[in-house]
Amino acid sequence: MSEALLSVRDLRVEFATRRGKLVALDGVSFDIAPGEILGMVGESGAGKSLTGLSIINQLDPPGSVVAGEIRLNGARIDNLPPARMREIRGRRIGIIFQDPLTSLNPLLRIGDQLVETILAHSPLSPKQARERAIAWLAEVGIPAPDKRIDGYPHEFSGGMRQRVVIALALCAEPALVIADEPTTALDVSVQAQIIAVLKNITRRHGAAVLLITHDMGVIAETADRVAVMYAGRIVEIGAVADVVRRPLHPYARGLMAAIPTLETRAERLAQIPGAMPRLNAIPRGCAFSPRCDRVFARCLVERPPLLTIGHRKVACWLHLEAAEEGR
Amino acid sequence: MSAEAPLVVVSGLKRAFDVSSPWITRLIEREPRRLLKAVDGLDFSIARGETLGLVGESGSGKSTLARMVVGLLAASAGHVLIEGVDIAAKADPVARRVVRRRMQMIFQDPYASLDPRWRVGDIVAEPIRAFGLRQGKAEIEARVNELLGLVGLHAQDALKYPHEFSGGQRQRVAIARALASEPEFIVCDEPTSALDVSIQAQILNLMRDLQQKLGLTYLLITHNLAVVRFMATRVGVMYLGRLIEINDTTSLFAQPRHPYTRMLLDAVPDLTMSGRARTPVGGEPPNPISPPPGCPFHPRCPRATEICRTETPEFVDNVACHLAHGDPNWLAGA
Amino acid sequence: MEAMAEMGETAAPAATRRSLRSRLADSDMLVSFLSSPVTVLAGVITLLMFAAAVLSPWIAPTDPFNPATNFLADSLDPPRFTADGDPRFLLGTDDQGRDIWSAILYGLRVSLLIGGGGVALAGAIGITLGLIAGYAGGWTDAVIMRVADVQLTFPTILIALLLDGVAQALLKGSSHHETAFGVLILAIGLSFWVQYARTVRASTLVEKNRDYVQAARLIGLSPLRIVVRHILPNVMGPVLVIATINLALAIITEATLSFLGVGLPPTQPSLGTLIRIGQNFLFSGEWWIVAFPSLTLAILVLAVNLLGDWLRDALNPKLK
Repeated sequence: MSEALLSVRDLRVEFATRRGKLVALDGVSFDIAPGEILGMVGESGAGKSLTGLSIINQLDPPGSVVAGEIRLNGARIDNLPPARMREIRGRRIGIIFQDPLTSLNPLLRIGDQLVETILAHSPLSPKQARERAIAWLAEVGIPAPDKRIDGYPHEFSGGMRQRVVIALALCAEPALVIADEPTTALDVSVQAQIIAVLKNITRRHGAAVLLITHDMGVIAETADRVAVMYAGRIVEIGAVADVVRRPLHPYARGLMAAIPTLETRAERLAQIPGAMPRLNAIPRGCAFSPRCDRVFARCLVERPPLLTIGHRKVACWLHLEAAEEGR
Repeated sequence: MSAEAPLVVVSGLKRAFDVSSPWITRLIEREPRRLLKAVDGLDFSIARGETLGLVGESGSGKSTLARMVVGLLAASAGHVLIEGVDIAAKADPVARRVVRRRMQMIFQDPYASLDPRWRVGDIVAEPIRAFGLRQGKAEIEARVNELLGLVGLHAQDALKYPHEFSGGQRQRVAIARALASEPEFIVCDEPTSALDVSIQAQILNLMRDLQQKLGLTYLLITHNLAVVRFMATRVGVMYLGRLIEINDTTSLFAQPRHPYTRMLLDAVPDLTMSGRARTPVGGEPPNPISPPPGCPFHPRCPRATEICRTETPEFVDNVACHLAHGDPNWLAGA
Repeated sequence: MEAMAEMGETAAPAATRRSLRSRLADSDMLVSFLSSPVTVLAGVITLLMFAAAVLSPWIAPTDPFNPATNFLADSLDPPRFTADGDPRFLLGTDDQGRDIWSAILYGLRVSLLIGGGGVALAGAIGITLGLIAGYAGGWTDAVIMRVADVQLTFPTILIALLLDGVAQALLKGSSHHETAFGVLILAIGLSFWVQYARTVRASTLVEKNRDYVQAARLIGLSPLRIVVRHILPNVMGPVLVIATINLALAIITEATLSFLGVGLPPTQPSLGTLIRIGQNFLFSGEWWIVAFPSLTLAILVLAVNLLGDWLRDALNPKLK
């Protein structure tokens, strides 16, 4: 098995508040292989955005990484000085945020922003960089790129802006792209286009993607594998088809059943009672236990680790036997 | 469905916003007036007890329409009638008040729809007091507790402030407030778009239960096709301020007759991974200030012909498309 | 109904109104207040000065404005702690034999009354006009804002002089001394209302479009009720900050006016008047007559300003 491109082990993020420490990420571990698209899905507060921010060392205080290791191509990046981290951001890790209005500088032409990034990370002349920028714009599907390269962000529509942001994230040819809710602010018809662009471009350039979103539909269309997050922990991780069609963890099952689809014919949507616990009230044992319909004694006292079942992992005591059999 | 007259009738509803430059600039630069036609002639009706879903993307005018239907925004032309009574009712303020009591609205953003300085109990009690539905502190309090129970909250929650609740709980408070004036008709403007999926399921179920229990009529406005599939009995599709197709839910989803409807359905990510056939989508919703000539959808339409570029299609037989008449299945296998 | 309650998220059990004490102890604002020694000091000083002003008739050793108790023989005595000081007078006396320490206490009272009154009036006018302009929009808004712009072009002193003249003309027979109080409060009020109006108008414009205001409109509440019960409480935050900082400015303004002679008379002096009187004696060596009132004024203004700074930062959600 080839070595993982990104390897996160036991990542723990805490927020220091007046009332004590809040654990926002509690031992998150996963790998991303080169060129694969890993989806990270969860509801608000689950910690998926925090994971992305931790990897690129952009956590705002009072949040801080207190434990764990993050390795890119085998080398640790979680303990680097800020200058080194800046180099890595952009050159080796590209970032796409949700709101293209804040990712693009409204005062600079998009051509200038692209060229600036290309020049910073590759030994091209300004003229060559500009040509490369035009090529990128064409690749993400901007019509008449040689003319539009001199436009300002506000002259583009939402979908076009997001394409520019994708170009910006990839123009330095990073090995990994972290995309945090890239389609959430877009209309439905535009979402589909942007997902297609993201998928094609990353495949073509061999970049891996950490796709963070709350939209399971986007994951189903785009990702190879998916990690389901709940209350700062990964509760299930595996191939997209497996997790979407046959989820193992009760939360993942409940989540899939709650999402209405075009094919839903039921009179009621399956719902999970209660809500995700607040950070200062995470239950002992399994974080999902108060809401689980299959809870038993062990769930209340002991937190389940990620158990391996074939190519999948699930953090649930119900699957202990299946995991042990596989061993 | 009974043959009785519909509860809500919207006819010829229009709303234009004047987005011209100030008159002195126009004078100097000889610019014409510019009108943004947010809603450009809408006609539909809603029967008592049914849920009409209206779907559209940004620029479709659905939010403007929502506000016009409940009277928060005045119409430039056209009428909204609740059992035959015009909600604008300029001549008769008493009738206007009576008709206004029969409708309510649930807003999209649970973080902005509750006054942050008021306690939840007072928020829910406000409509009761405004319409004089109960007298005396004890009666009002009892009614507030009853309403909170109806939406799945506790009586003690009345003492808290909105910021002490999660998004889903706040939306429950908003629903309780909407029910407080005992309306028959509720306009829901993207009621679950700001909520997590598992909370959305709770709220949608709650809304359906309340509809059955209290005999409510809903106008559900959303961009989420799956939600509308689940909630609505009939669905209308809006594009650039116009209704371009309307049908009962099953038929619309099985045999969409307008190419835009087809495109919207194809754009929904396929959660079941059934590998269904999809036409690739193109283009973006146009700017309502300068709509394309002829059919507003023609620049993005894979089936556009010459007539589509020049003539605006009439809304005939529940669809506004030059090519849609005849075989209802004409878009299948595209 | 129980089934439905179960399906909802669990709300916290038995939420009784928490005691004021426990809410205060937990409050972010109290913690931020206590965490800055400068702010605490400023708060303490302001409190002491307010207390001194209120209690002045009881703490002051003498009543400096009762001619019967002043002896010209005692005039121009230096402060007690200096070489030839009179032990009766802590900070010395002025040319009329008035005890400076007592005069400061009474002066403080007058300064704070006028400053506070002026700010209250400015706030009342400004908030009202700001709410009306913001909510009504259109021509009403335009007219009010143009009036505000014009108001800003008038210097406070000019307004005070104008009002003084008008008061003299209207209330024939009363001397300048009797009307000075009202004139000053009115002058300060009319000078400072614009800032309140602009801030409140801006906040009103934002709140007006929020859904909770739309919900109130939906149930047919009158605009007056909506503005007073929903919008006003939500725009008061910035107003408090302005008011605190304005208080310092109002006190200085009154002092300036008194210093220039259009303010309070020597028989009922504020700190500014005292400074004016004392200035005449500065170069003949009786430095204490001007020094102590000036020092008091400076400390008061500084303390109130620091308090206002803290309040602004504490109420600003973006700084958290």
